[in-house]
Amino acid sequence: MTKETKKITDYDVEQLIGQVLRYGVLLSGSVAIIGGIWYLFQQGSAIPHYSNFSGEPAGYTSFTGIYKGLLAGSAKEIIQLGVVILIATPIIRIIFSLISFILEKDRLYTIITLIVLCIILFSMFGGLAV
Amino acid sequence: MTILTFTIILLLGAYLAGLAGSLTGLGGGVVIIPLLTLFFHVDIRYAIGAALVASIATSSGSASAYVKEGITNIRLGMFLEIATTAGAVLGAILAIYTPVNLVAIIFGVMLIFSAAMTLRKKNEGALREGSKLSYQLKLNGSYPAKEGVVAYKLKNIGAGFSIMTVAGILSGLLGIGSGALKVLAMDTAMKVPFRVSTTTSNFMVGVTAAASAVVYLQRGYIDPGIAFPVIIGVLGGAFTGSKLLMKIDVKKLKLIFSIAITMIALNMIYNGLNHKF
Repeated sequence: MTKETKKITDYDVEQLIGQVLRYGVLLSGSVAIIGGIWYLFQQGSAIPHYSNFSGEPAGYTSFTGIYKGLLAGSAKEIIQLGVVILIATPIIRIIFSLISFILEKDRLYTIITLIVLCIILFSMFGGLAV
Repeated sequence: MTILTFTIILLLGAYLAGLAGSLTGLGGGVVIIPLLTLFFHVDIRYAIGAALVASIATSSGSASAYVKEGITNIRLGMFLEIATTAGAVLGAILAIYTPVNLVAIIFGVMLIFSAAMTLRKKNEGALREGSKLSYQLKLNGSYPAKEGVVAYKLKNIGAGFSIMTVAGILSGLLGIGSGALKVLAMDTAMKVPFRVSTTTSNFMVGVTAAASAVVYLQRGYIDPGIAFPVIIGVLGGAFTGSKLLMKIDVKKLKLIFSIAITMIALNMIYNGLNHKF
């Protein structure tokens, strides 16, 4: 590392991560509000039926389902997009930490962070939904 | 009750849950499950989905404020996340085979434990000498305090890692952040000073909850009609809580909250034993 390149410290990375989390949460909240108001506008006078668990239909439980619903302008899928953004914020935080450990040339923690990321990816794509 | 009234009451409830969760450090999830199941008679599976969303919202929402202070030990958090995320995935798998009434009973027991943990004496001291593993894993750190930078060292890394695995399993099974167990692992076993353990635990709650939330989302536990008032309410409550935290003394509040939580927990256990879920 030359003298001109500023050394990236843990502190700098944490500041950046803080910003990412803040915007992620704000974005998720805004999307959920938009979808929610629309949802109430459409179905606010109906009766909720949450005492029996039926599981959500495929439309809200997969990326392709949510994407299709968004194209159709469906309120529930807009809310689910907000949920997906919210779930993504801690995962993005892991990715940022991974990048910072690589830049710091900390091999041990690059591996540890990769393990955590792999567990989450396995959880996502491992077919655990059953 | 129409969806509109349901949404408005849930929004208020989630706001109070976020507020109480951030003031006491328990997180938003623990209040959401009893609120939905006992008060709204919502199926506990939808409640678990909502609690996961609430846990992530509280974690990410308050983390952006905590990170500024620069006391989160990212390495410690990341190392322990191997245990919590693996546990969370295991918990989400176990959930398929666990009867809902048993889930309610375990939740009640966990709630009483969490209530007791909020009243514990905090670990203020910092160890001067850590165990061998703490050096090898670069887990020791320092944080800024009024009297200057405080350096701390850790021990019992193995025990801490094991408790974290249990915390992860419970988090995956119940949808809560298991903040109380995380703090137990860090404060009591590893001797992390509480200012560091609180923020590091908060950082970990979001990641742990995300690991099981991706499974529950695909399983259809996360309902949009419940999720949106929960996200907005909890975020609003956590925001108010972080502002209030600087101004008020939370000691009495914690005591009242712990008693209330214990009553709710007994109610959950009673209903679980009588197969009311």
